[in-house]
Amino acid sequence: MSTSTTLNDIIPGSPAIQESTKVDDVTAMLDSIEGTVGTTRVENPKMEMREVDVFYADKQAIYDVDLDVARNEVIAMIGPSGCGKSTFLRCLNRMNDTIPICRVTGSITLDGVDINTREQDPVLLRARVGMVFQKPNPFAKSIFDNVAYGPRIHGLAANRAELDEIVISSLKRAGLYDEVKSRLDAPGTSLSGGQQQRLCIARTIAVNPEVILMDEPCSALDPIATARIEELIDELRENYAIAIVTHSMQQAARVSQRTAYFHLGKLVEVGKTNDIFTNPQHDLTENYITGRFG
Amino acid sequence: MSLNTLFLIILLLSIASYVYARRRAFVNAFGQTDNKRRHSLPAHYGYLLAMWCALPALALLISWKLIEPGIISNMLSSSAPTEVKAAGETAVGLYNNEIFYLADADSISQDLPAHKTAAIQRLQSLRTASKILLTLILSGVIGLSLLLGLRHVNREPRARVIVESFIQVFLVVCASIAILTTIGIVLSVLFESLRFFQQVGFIDFITGTSWSPQTAIRSDQVGSSGSFGAIPLFTGTLLISAIALIVAVPLGLMSAIYLAEYASSRARSTIKPLLEILAGIPTVVYGFFAALTVAPAMRSFGQSIGLSVSSESALAAGVVMGIMIIPFVSSLSDDVITAVPQSMRDASFGLGATQSETIRKVVFPAALPGIVSSVLLAASRAIGETMIVVMAAGLAAKLTANPLEAVTTVTVQIVTLLTGDQEFDSAKTLAAFALGLMLFVTTLLLNVIALYTVRRYREQYE
Amino acid sequence: MSSTTEIVQASLARRYKAESRFRLYGIVAISISLSFLAFLLISITYKSIPAFYETQVQLTVNLDAEKLGVGASPDIKAIKTANYSGVIKGALREQFPDVKKRKAKKELYSLVSVGAQYQLRDFILEDPSVIGTEQTIWLIADDELNGLVTAVSDVTDIGDTPTRLSEQQRGWINTLQQQDQVKTGFNYTFFSAGDSREPELAGIKAALIGSAWVLLVTFLVSFPVAVAAAIYLEEFAPTNRWTDVIEVNINNLAAVPSIVFGLLGLAVFINFFALPRSAPLIGGIVLSLMTLPTIIISSRAALKAVPPSIREAAQGLGASKVQVVFHHVLPLAMPGILTGTIIGLAQALGETAPLLMIGMVAFIVDIPQSIVDPATALPVQVFLWSDSPERAFVAKTSAAIVVLLGFLVVMNAVAVFLRKRFERRW
Repeated sequence: MSTSTTLNDIIPGSPAIQESTKVDDVTAMLDSIEGTVGTTRVENPKMEMREVDVFYADKQAIYDVDLDVARNEVIAMIGPSGCGKSTFLRCLNRMNDTIPICRVTGSITLDGVDINTREQDPVLLRARVGMVFQKPNPFAKSIFDNVAYGPRIHGLAANRAELDEIVISSLKRAGLYDEVKSRLDAPGTSLSGGQQQRLCIARTIAVNPEVILMDEPCSALDPIATARIEELIDELRENYAIAIVTHSMQQAARVSQRTAYFHLGKLVEVGKTNDIFTNPQHDLTENYITGRFG
Repeated sequence: MSLNTLFLIILLLSIASYVYARRRAFVNAFGQTDNKRRHSLPAHYGYLLAMWCALPALALLISWKLIEPGIISNMLSSSAPTEVKAAGETAVGLYNNEIFYLADADSISQDLPAHKTAAIQRLQSLRTASKILLTLILSGVIGLSLLLGLRHVNREPRARVIVESFIQVFLVVCASIAILTTIGIVLSVLFESLRFFQQVGFIDFITGTSWSPQTAIRSDQVGSSGSFGAIPLFTGTLLISAIALIVAVPLGLMSAIYLAEYASSRARSTIKPLLEILAGIPTVVYGFFAALTVAPAMRSFGQSIGLSVSSESALAAGVVMGIMIIPFVSSLSDDVITAVPQSMRDASFGLGATQSETIRKVVFPAALPGIVSSVLLAASRAIGETMIVVMAAGLAAKLTANPLEAVTTVTVQIVTLLTGDQEFDSAKTLAAFALGLMLFVTTLLLNVIALYTVRRYREQYE
Repeated sequence: MSSTTEIVQASLARRYKAESRFRLYGIVAISISLSFLAFLLISITYKSIPAFYETQVQLTVNLDAEKLGVGASPDIKAIKTANYSGVIKGALREQFPDVKKRKAKKELYSLVSVGAQYQLRDFILEDPSVIGTEQTIWLIADDELNGLVTAVSDVTDIGDTPTRLSEQQRGWINTLQQQDQVKTGFNYTFFSAGDSREPELAGIKAALIGSAWVLLVTFLVSFPVAVAAAIYLEEFAPTNRWTDVIEVNINNLAAVPSIVFGLLGLAVFINFFALPRSAPLIGGIVLSLMTLPTIIISSRAALKAVPPSIREAAQGLGASKVQVVFHHVLPLAMPGILTGTIIGLAQALGETAPLLMIGMVAFIVDIPQSIVDPATALPVQVFLWSDSPERAFVAKTSAAIVVLLGFLVVMNAVAVFLRKRFERRW
């Protein structure tokens, strides 16, 4: 079985392993994995994933992953490019539904209810499990309308005053209000990259979700903007369960309480962030954290 | 010698020059000492000499043929009978036309007045003289240019540079034909329009509400009766175009949205070309269909519900035109909708929007500039469309907004005024050019705005 | 559960209804457009059917020299001007001897086309020795007769089929049919004749040849010019104002109404240069100016698709820029350029309005022999016939449209084939 080539095919342009000499090595190590090192489960989880497999057409991208997301916690997902961490994240609010060839099996529950059944509605699910994307993607609308978009489509505000209230409080919680309060009518695209990303976070929390998924939210931002977002994530933890995918180990160490390490579609190791970074159990995790491949 | 023979001779001589110069280059005839270090290929010398041979001759031949008819016709006019001359320029033109026609006819069986027979003979002798003169001058030019060419080829070691720079000049000239065409359109339309506006005031033309060019001709009071008021034509054009857009915009836009957002790639690859067939069908076919099938159907339907529908109603022409321009709306809209970045859709889905909410509230506003320009292009197409309205709309200018009545359009009037044997200088034909000017300016404005908007839009997402 | 969940859940049914409604709009829009297309094509094809049939009537004609009004051994000129219509009328009277009244006779004569006399003339010209004999020959029938016998099987019981034939005339036709003196076959006249005022004698050959001449000129002018322009803009043009102006111009020209090109042709070529009216030469030049933008734009796309590596490779071997373009880039881009050219020519083939402006609307009986003979084109023929009052011309018009669309389909199919066959992916 040559897992590495398979994955290379799935996500073109992002080599799973950058140093080819190690491929055989890594494959051997991966094949030796039976299940995940560390505790995948938590007490009273917000979301539970059991035996999740993901396929693009007939190529498998995620292999048999078990993982819980706890309440009021930030869980970071790290791993080399193309390891499937983003794909996995997108399972949690069924964003993969929008890709026709993508198929997800296994069980994923939110508050104990399976989200992949027919009765569960993706619209409702996505209102409860919000998502922030890698690149800031404000709509071609004003700042106000960007934030008001979610409440409007879901009918969350009974009148204009309530809507104003929601928009302003969301902008405040995203730490953006003071910077934009004088120009709420300006187009969202007129903001800087970091502001745009905070606008997207404000847009997400305006719907009042229970879980927020963040797919490398700082990868397109400069260090100062990144620091602002990281502070924000830490504040948001009080009210939300947060799952964040990041390619930066430092960021994972700074913002998360637990960390999950993915490699070639498998969940290699998961544990308290501190433990993972100071005392990784699995060789692959150790290799990654010590920077032998990235 | 006939034109074809002359062409053939020039062609053969050019080929011969090519072969000769190329062969001489092979045997190092042009001062080359070392065959391997020659600057240009033998073929380049061949091309150089062939160019010398052909270009001056062709230039002479073409300009001769362009100028000849005018000169002959002038010389013929000068010898026209005095009574014809006295009747004015128009009469002379008519007289000339008749002579030309008679000279081309096979048999001159009718008993013609002597002056006409004489004119025919004069025309024929003029033509023969022109032919002989052309052949002589052409032989001289070819001989001279071949001599010069040979000298040049013998002395020029860098034939390739010359041939290639000539090719580049040719390319630039070809590329500039687009500009020449535009200039040609502007000049021809503007020039005749200015002559028209000398007879009929511009303000009268653009604000007058009565259009009846026929009366002006009959009463011989060119332009003084104020019957060249173009407002009814403008409103008629607008009415039919508006109906067309009312049909085409919803249908085209919804088709584009469905194809871009919902349809599977297989359905898309079938339906899109099918829709584009609508734009590929010649407009004369739509015109026939509108006049023969749609208009009578609307008329009888109107009768059955107690409405009087004209058999040349604006509605029939407009609806059929609308169907024709569906692809103009749908294709460009499809492009701009597909160009909206997927990340925006993801953001909307991520917030829990349904697909139609995403389309209506995120994709559509983002694509709006592009969609607007597709509508503008479709509008320009509708305004300039000719055959459908010529065949299905009315001829009488009527100032009405009722789609069930017959109205006429700018293009219909242009066709009506210019088909048949009109004299070129009458206000009636010149009016067609004034209408053409209006049409050109309007569609140009629409196109420029649309192209500019869509360009800005593309830049935004690239 | 939070309030968001409740509110969203409550709204779901409504929102999904809106979703399916919106989707339905899209499907309806596409269906309307496509069914209109289908309706148009089917209705025109259906209407064209009678035009592809030609009905002939068998008559026994007495080619008596006296009745023909010629001497015993007439020369060609006498044969050409003989009284054929009288002979045909006589044959019809003989066939139905009990027709006496003037009006009835007139009705009887109208069963046979006025073209029948030329048929008879050609028959005799082929072999003058038939003069003086009695011959049984097939003569072309009137268009109304053709329309009726191709529409119904029993001419005495026609239901509400529209026809101008009276009951008496239909009775005669029935008699002829029972004696096997009426036959219907493929209409070769339609493809071998020029225009005519009589529907049963009208054909599209003159228009087809006219269109062919026009397209030839269009191709000869637009192809080299467009390819040269595309090469210049893609390979040589510096990025400066002039290039910008050219590009904007080309894009604008693509959207200028076709009738404006007609005005250009009229003012410049006919009025200024005094070139002949109604000639395919002018038509072709005007149409090539019109199709230039189409061909230039697609040629540029084809040139752009040739990867720079090929240019670099050739230049690396010491080829000049011109050699690179003409030896390497152009041949590789040729399939794409040809595809664009064919599509442009297909556009030109269907164009009518500019040809009206330059006088190619004449009634053309003779087949044009060169690019300066007066000619008409297929779409213009459609336009001319569509104005004719005779019902049979509706079928002729439809048939001409079917032929026109047939050519367009073939041209586009060739273009698609070229694209599929030679499409190269680098």
